[in-house]
Amino acid sequence: MPAIALVFGTVFGALIDLNKPGNYIHWGFIQMSYGNLIVIILMVIVFFAAILIPFKSPKGKEGDR
Amino acid sequence: MTIADPKAPRPDQADLDKAADRPEDADQWTARIRTTAVEALPPQRMLPDRQPAYVASWIYVFGVVTISALCVVIATGFVLAVFGPNWWHVSSTGLFVNSLHLWSVEVFFFAMVVHLWGKFFMAAWRGKRKATWITGVVSFLVSVGAAFTGYLSQQNFDSQWISTQAKDGINSTGAGAIFNVTNFGQMLMWHIVLLPLCVVALVGVHVLMVRLRGVVTPFAARNETPGGEPADTTGAEVQA
Repeated sequence: MPAIALVFGTVFGALIDLNKPGNYIHWGFIQMSYGNLIVIILMVIVFFAAILIPFKSPKGKEGDR
Repeated sequence: MTIADPKAPRPDQADLDKAADRPEDADQWTARIRTTAVEALPPQRMLPDRQPAYVASWIYVFGVVTISALCVVIATGFVLAVFGPNWWHVSSTGLFVNSLHLWSVEVFFFAMVVHLWGKFFMAAWRGKRKATWITGVVSFLVSVGAAFTGYLSQQNFDSQWISTQAKDGINSTGAGAIFNVTNFGQMLMWHIVLLPLCVVALVGVHVLMVRLRGVVTPFAARNETPGGEPADTTGAEVQA
């Protein structure tokens, strides 16, 4: 295995161990894997970032109106 | 049969838009369809050079990201279909393309959900844009089906597990008689033929509706009536 693949595999493997049963949260009748929860949280973060972070238009192409 | 003189003056484009090349042909079905199509979908509105100023926000990017991801999904799906499961499970290149197919689907849904949230809070169905909203919602639902049948088509233990878990749910709806999730051939055909065709067609209509009606104006935008209708109801200036 190339060295870089070994390094990346070790780092990410340490962060997220996929070789075991997944972890789930239980909230009343709601059951969700931590993986899905992380994706939902990321979507919320990206949604608010898209609203709040200014979008710079190229000079001279400010759009009509 | 006569050959047209290439140096002869071409008919004015406006005449072509309104009728057939010759007035006596205007009642032919080809001319009628062409006239109707050009009136309904003016070329200058299909590919505009400029967007309204309020579109300069990151929240407007996610529709395009979704379409870009869909292009990668389709392209990698073509490659997977050419070489088959023995290739995508064993070969390192096959595993890479298989991963590209999976992760582009992840990006597709991620961007589509953020796009949906953005449009929901903009009430993007305002101003005669109900069809745009509905085609987007139906695209989302059909995409869920396409992803589900994709999981069933993996040809591994994961797909076996998902199909046996899903069959009871599908059977409880009464749809199991015609939609058998343990029938691999049927699920594969749904995944690589029926549902992709539906998704691409729906997304195509959705994009056409966006181009036709224009991007919805923000709530506080000037030059807008309370109903969300642009003051210029043709949308031409807004969209130009």
